Amino acid sequence: MTRPTAQIHPAPQPPALRHRSVTAALLRPQFLALLVLLAINWLLFPGFFTTTWQDGRLFGSLIDVLNRGTPVAILAIGMTAVIATKGVDLSVGAVMAIAGATAAVMVTGGHSAVLAVAAALATGLLCGLWNGLLVTTLSIQPIIATLVLMVAGRGLAQLITEGSIVTFTDPVLIFIGTGAVAGLPTPVVVLIALTILTTLAVRRTALGLLIEAVGINRSAARFAGIKASALLLVVYAFAGLCAALAGLIVAGDIRGADANNAGLWLELDAILAVVVGGTSLLGGRFSIPMSVVGAMIIQAMNTGILISGFSPQFNLVVKSAVIILILVLQSPFAANLLQRRHLKAPPKAQEGDRA
Amino acid sequence: MTAQDAEALLEARGIVKIFGQHRALDDVSFALRAGEVHALLGENGAGKSTLIKILTGAYRPDGGEVRLQGAPVSFRDPLHAQSHGIGTVYQEVNLLPNRSVAENLFLGHQPTRWGLVRRKEIEARARNILVTYGLDIDVREELSSFSVAVQQIVAIARAVELSGKVLVLDEPTASLDRNEVDRLFDVIRSLKARGLGIIFITHFLDQVFALADRVTILRNGRKIATHALTEVNTTDVVRMMLGKDVAFDHHLTGLAGATHGAPCVRFAGLGRKGSVAPFTLDVHEGEVVGVAGLLGSGRTEMARLMFGIDLADSGQITVDGKPATIRNPAQAVAAGFGFCPEDRKLDGIFGELSVRENIIIALQAKLGWFRALNREDQIDLAGRYADALDIRAANHDMPVKLLSGGNQQKVILARWLAIDPSFLILDEPTRGIDVGAHAEIVRTINRLREEGLGLFVISSELDEVVAYSNRVVVMRDRQMVAELTGADVAPDRIVQAIAGTPVLPVSAVAEVAP
Repeated sequence: MTRPTAQIHPAPQPPALRHRSVTAALLRPQFLALLVLLAINWLLFPGFFTTTWQDGRLFGSLIDVLNRGTPVAILAIGMTAVIATKGVDLSVGAVMAIAGATAAVMVTGGHSAVLAVAAALATGLLCGLWNGLLVTTLSIQPIIATLVLMVAGRGLAQLITEGSIVTFTDPVLIFIGTGAVAGLPTPVVVLIALTILTTLAVRRTALGLLIEAVGINRSAARFAGIKASALLLVVYAFAGLCAALAGLIVAGDIRGADANNAGLWLELDAILAVVVGGTSLLGGRFSIPMSVVGAMIIQAMNTGILISGFSPQFNLVVKSAVIILILVLQSPFAANLLQRRHLKAPPKAQEGDRA
Repeated sequence: MTAQDAEALLEARGIVKIFGQHRALDDVSFALRAGEVHALLGENGAGKSTLIKILTGAYRPDGGEVRLQGAPVSFRDPLHAQSHGIGTVYQEVNLLPNRSVAENLFLGHQPTRWGLVRRKEIEARARNILVTYGLDIDVREELSSFSVAVQQIVAIARAVELSGKVLVLDEPTASLDRNEVDRLFDVIRSLKARGLGIIFITHFLDQVFALADRVTILRNGRKIATHALTEVNTTDVVRMMLGKDVAFDHHLTGLAGATHGAPCVRFAGLGRKGSVAPFTLDVHEGEVVGVAGLLGSGRTEMARLMFGIDLADSGQITVDGKPATIRNPAQAVAAGFGFCPEDRKLDGIFGELSVRENIIIALQAKLGWFRALNREDQIDLAGRYADALDIRAANHDMPVKLLSGGNQQKVILARWLAIDPSFLILDEPTRGIDVGAHAEIVRTINRLREEGLGLFVISSELDEVVAYSNRVVVMRDRQMVAELTGADVAPDRIVQAIAGTPVLPVSAVAEVAP
């Protein structure tokens, strides 16, 4: 399919070091941070790793961390794609509330749970498309475009619930929030499935590469013939879908839709999870599984502070300290420091590092 | 060093400025006399703005000295230079659009009493000053309510009030129409009569001849010459700017008689108001069409229309005899077009992506989201084109931003060859790359032509254009003014076509003005 050019023979390429990259991935600072946090939790609370089997499902603090971290982790999956395009989605917390409210009102109104879930997911998709349209067609900066729905979304959710907390007893919705599949809490199973599916979707198709290209250099992406607008629309719609899923889980967990508090400030936790996972806010290279790890790091931190007996307010201070640390590590200042250390190292090692 | 100029008001002697490895200015001397308009000419990267920044204190020279009225000076910053009498007015008026004209004139040095601004006095003085510029306007109105020309004159008045010896005008006419330009020129002539020394930077040669007394030409960081404008004509000036010396060779490669295949693309009456006047051009298989013209003549705009980056408002495009719709680059790529943009870093390179990904990205975009090239195909494609173009990279998984400029350019070229294009646009493919890579790119262009590709190559280097073009189109004032074929594809003919007496006023530019 290519025009013959000069003498053609394959260039020498280093063999793909698949197993080495797996160990390298496990040695990433995020995994070390997660291990350290879990170890601290264990020191504070010796029963932390004790996991028991009761009534056909697993119980224990570790499972709690996974379960409690799931809504943010699901948001973070959608947020990762958005941030990789150099955007951000501030509306996901509000979209959670809208989706929860939609599902709750539908089941209390006598519709089937399946229909309610479908409607909630469709609402999330619609919210995401709205964000995407603002960002692409009207070229509004993502932070402003999604701020619109962040503010208006809670109002919408309240309109749907007519200002009250709508409680329900529908077993299907409750199962989504609190049930168990194969011994694991349903939300955790949903999270694992979503992580695997999304990772496959972006890495087995060209989507991942094209998203990174748009995030790194939107103008060059245009010149290379990439349909950036369509891509952005899909990415924001997906973030909306993830938010709806997280909203369903939170609503099922409390057996009701609280338009005021469901998902409140979770967009910030999701952004933090993505950044902790190593995706730069400047767009480009991203990793879905690492964002999930980032969400779990945040949850392990929350849990540790709770079980250590400190007041929850302390939580916010620790979180902000972590954010500052990460921003410093991502700054050009730190990059310069690292580069200087790289330059001191022999050049061979440098190449290996970058490969 | 050139002979010292006894009458010099502001003088630069043997100025050297180095950025990293690059000598932006190399032993440049320049002398401005009181009461003259001195034009500074040169293509992009010639060193005009670096010289101006040194004269106005924005940069410090790495060698040489600046003298003001015979005494050596060293400016800390533009403000310091201003206090010594050197004022600058830029192309975009940088005043405060939402404040009054009077406030803008006196911003930062308002007459005050007990710490309060004396509004009435400001307004009276502003009115008196502007009357000397032939402006009788309400100085209490917001600056933005006036035309760009008036704003430009206010900016000049402010610079003259603050400094008063030397005035630097950096492309002041770029966004003005014919009448406004005339009005501005009257102002400049009256300032000249008051004894100011004026440095005038522009891309419009006719304006240089209309206004300036002397001209200094820079090229690649060196001063080529200073002449009184009575001594030279347009052709001489263009020749000096583009670096073609007096002895012209005729066609180097004998391309003039070369045959080419069937037409592969046809642009019929393609144009965009305020950007490029409609032009008609056929490009055949196995043919290189070179594009010559000064900066701002519409060369790049022409290429952007062809590739759907800017939307044409007239004309049709035919690809392989069939009409094609090209309203965005994705459609252009689908039609088999490729485009290596002028600004590699801004429009070409994905810095953090690997060499391999940078090479396959256009093909992947063409294939769509779901037909992903697998890793083996990617490695194979990247290896093949990296070899064919001799891209030197330690490996193809390293970020492309770590490569040299020449290798980055070859990566972008490889990206387009990978889609197996039928028509390739190259905008200044050899700008900013080293000599070795330069020659390789020229060889590659010739090879692609022999392989049957249609190419459209924009370049400021006439030797280069002549070395690979079957045909050369010449752009001036956003119009295609000549199409040179056969024996006419020669540097001296191109220079003449570029310099040719302007047939039309700058009406195309007038339409750009809001």
